[in-house]
This record gives sequence, C-alpha cells and structure tokens, in this order.
Amino acid sequence: MATAPRYWRENPSRYNMVGIKCNSCGRHFFPPRAICPVCHRKSVGKIEITKLKGEGKIFSFTEVQEGLEELSLQRPYIVALVELTEGARVTGQIIDCEACDLTIGTPVRATLRKLSEEGPSGVIHYGYKFVPIKEKAP
Amino acid sequence: MRRVAIIGVGDTEFGELWDQSFRDMGIQAGLAAVADANISSEQIDALYVGNMSAGRFIEQEHIGALIADYTGLARDHIPATRIEAAGASGGLALRQGFMAVASGLHDIVVVGGAEKMTDVSDVESSVIQSSAADQEWETILGATFPALHALIARRHMHEFGTTREQMADVAVKNHKHGSLNPKAQFQREITRETVLGSPLVSSPLRVFDCAPSSDGAAAVVLCPLDMAKKFTEIPIEIIGSGQASDTLSLHDRKDVCSMAATKAAAKRAFEMANITTKDVDVAEVHDNFTISEILAIEDLGFFKKGEGGKATEAGLTGLQGEIAVNTSGGLKARGDPIGATGLAQAVEIVAQLRGKADKRQVKDASVGLAHNVGGTGGTAVVHLFRRA
Ligand SMILES: [Zn+2]
Repeated sequence: MATAPRYWRENPSRYNMVGIKCNSCGRHFFPPRAICPVCHRKSVGKIEITKLKGEGKIFSFTEVQEGLEELSLQRPYIVALVELTEGARVTGQIIDCEACDLTIGTPVRATLRKLSEEGPSGVIHYGYKFVPIKEKAP
Repeated sequence: MRRVAIIGVGDTEFGELWDQSFRDMGIQAGLAAVADANISSEQIDALYVGNMSAGRFIEQEHIGALIADYTGLARDHIPATRIEAAGASGGLALRQGFMAVASGLHDIVVVGGAEKMTDVSDVESSVIQSSAADQEWETILGATFPALHALIARRHMHEFGTTREQMADVAVKNHKHGSLNPKAQFQREITRETVLGSPLVSSPLRVFDCAPSSDGAAAVVLCPLDMAKKFTEIPIEIIGSGQASDTLSLHDRKDVCSMAATKAAAKRAFEMANITTKDVDVAEVHDNFTISEILAIEDLGFFKKGEGGKATEAGLTGLQGEIAVNTSGGLKARGDPIGATGLAQAVEIVAQLRGKADKRQVKDASVGLAHNVGGTGGTAVVHLFRRA
C-alpha cells in the first residue's frame, strides 16, 4: 500500500486533524482542499487552514471482519463515518470499545494511534482514530 | 447527433475461468459480437475497452492495443482505447462508443469490457477493488470496499427501517434469476437463511451480500441506426446515455443513502430519450452489494427513497414484478468481472429486447435500462435501450 513519504506528506492532517474553513460560506472541510466545492471561484483567497477539534458523533459504523492485510493484526475492527462538530465528516476507526456498545449518534473524540506497519521495514504509521466519550450534561 | 443502434452482442461465461487468459476472454466475447452483427472485421472503425485494473490483476497495461491485436485488428491500425472508471469502466466504454458513432466520427464501433480477477488471491483482489475508494482518506484508515457499503447499509436501515431480511431478498432474487442464466457464475437458488447464515464480512453485510470476484468479458457492436437493418433484423437503439460524477469519498456526500451520481446520470439519460421511468420494462442495475441494488432502484426512480427494501421484499423487482431488475442474475449471481460488467448489462438488455432471454424473458419487454457504478458512487452511468 502507501509508502512512507506518502504518509508523511499528509501528516499534519493525519496527526492533528488539520482541515480548512471556507470563509466565503463558513463550511469546514477535511482534509484540506484548495477550493471550496460549494463556492468554487468565490472561495479563492478565502480558504483558511484550521485545526478541527476532533469531536463528533458516529454517523454510521461497521465492524470489519476481513480487513486489509496491513491492518489484520487488529481484526475485527470498527470503522465509522464520524460527523465532526464543525460539520465535516471523516472516515476513521473507533477503538477502546465493542461494536455492540455503539449506536448511530454515539459521541466520539479523535486520538493519535498507530494505523499500520509497513512491511518488512517496520515503519509505523500514525494517524487519528476515535474513542467514544461519555455524554456530558447538556 | 446520429441515432445509434446495437447490432451485435457477445459474452463469455462469468466465473473462475482458470483455463482462460485475459486475452482469450476478450477474443471470445469480441468475435462473438462481431459474428452476431454479421460484419467482417475490416468494417470495424474503432474499438473501446472497459477495464479497471489489468495492471494489478495481471500486470498488463495497454489493454486497447492488446485486444485490438489479438482480435486480429492490428493490421488495420484502428484506434483502440481503454476506459477506466473502476466498476463503471464498462458502462463508460459503452458511452464512449455511443458518442463516437453519434458524432459521426465512426460508423462501426466495437465496445468490449474484460477483467481477469482470479489470477490473484482473494485478499489481493479485495485490495485492488478497494482502490476504487479514496486511498488516502478511506482505505488507509481501514475502510475496505465492503466496509464502505456496510456504512451505507447501516445508515439506510437507520433512516428508512430497511431490514436485514430485505437486503437478503435482493440476493435471493438475483440468484433465482442467475439460476435461469446459463452464463451466470452462480446458477443455484439460495434462501434468506443462506444469506443470513453466511459469515459476516463487514457488519451488517455478509458473504452473500457481496458480488463475487469473477473472470469474464462482454462486447457489443454499434453502428448508426439508419445502417443497422443491413446487419440485423432487430436493432436495439441506444435512446439515452447519461454519465455523472460525485465526490470520491463516501464521507464527503451529504446523503449517503442515495447516489447523487446515479440520479444525475439517470436524469440525463431519460431527458435524452424523452421517456420516464414508467416506460422501462427491464433494468440491469449495479448490485455489487445487496444494499446497492436497493439504493439503485430508488435513485433511478422505480421506487420512492426508502421504499426499495420493501419493494424487493414484496417481489416487485422479480421477473413478473412491476419492474424486472437484474434478470441476468446481476453482479451478485451473474458475476462481476469489473470492466466487463457494464457491457454484460447491455448484452442482457439486448437479449431481453430481442425476446431471446429464454426462461428469464420479461414478457413484451421493449425498453431497457442499464446502470453501472464506479466506487461508492463517484461515477455512475445510465443507458436506455429500445427495440427499434
Ligand atoms: Zn464555501
């Protein structure tokens, strides 16, 4: 799969959930894009690099039994679409829980974890995963 | 724009064809289509080939020239072009051929599609299929291709009350149709229990919710409608062609229970044909997973959003239903050799509209639809066909 430089290139986003805010429409996007897909040309010069809080809710989830080879150490694992509080959605693993404890709407927070190891060279790749958070009082 | 007709079709069996190479299959389908069209190979003006990933499945790129060469066309130096859009490669190749004839640039065009998937291991095959998704922001994070469709399935169940049983019914129906198709990969009927008792792949999807890895090829011959009667008694006109794109990643779509690309492609095809969903008698839709067929029959307008599961359960998509869906067995039972799939759909619709679909014939079928998807809906293409 991906080689080390391919991971490093995306490290700011993978480590710190760096996305963008379009100051034309106010929408957030992750990962960063050069242009807002809603505002198109109007967004030129109005794209602001922004660190997302990394908090959100599960929009949908699945427990993967037959994962990709590099992730097979941790099979089965849970993958979710997470809707961040800023509005952008991301794909990520949910850890430190069982699938049966999750529902659509479960609040989660991003945390930096090992994503995979690269073949015989043993290079370890890190990135965000999500952990469920206890619902705070409103 | 000139009107375009299909004058010949050809295909291979789909399945694990260990004794056939990529080029063997391409030749078999191509020559069958040429023979069916009653043309000689010198009459062919151009070739288009749908193929997703020969580079990774058999380490062979340059598929256009390969197929032209081995079907005996190299000496004529015809333009030969390979088209890639993941699962929609075949449907897009058909559209390219359609546009080439409609524009007046070429008269007789052969469009083929082929994929040889079983020379690699099942694990490797699933890695290659996952390359249709966003490698940087989906696959690397653990979202396999079945996982992405499982995310769609769970959300559809959540929003519309679609049940596990209704999804199983898609597979049951398509295997039933496959049992009537001598070229299908699976020709054995199954029950709900078969699906619900099969191993989990990515919850809630199980093995029998997923289309198989397959080898196979399919091809059609196109020409201007006003020339078509010279070659065949029953030309099948392509009356509409629509293509659309969407975000590569599932998470970037506002609505994951609907494929906006399917809706846009269908709208364009129906507008071109100047007909409505109600006019369609038979449809081949992209059921790479059971949930995908439910989305498709909703997004194509056969049923209201959220009603696809219920309609399937009620038998409305069977051979005698309101709209016969995936009479070939679909990707699920007929098989899914990725690049060939969009062409195999056209081959099935042509068989239906010619009245040559034997035991799976839909009575008086005169208008057909084919719907082919790439990735989780980043590409969709819809074609409409009518007996001319
Ligand atoms: Zn904007």
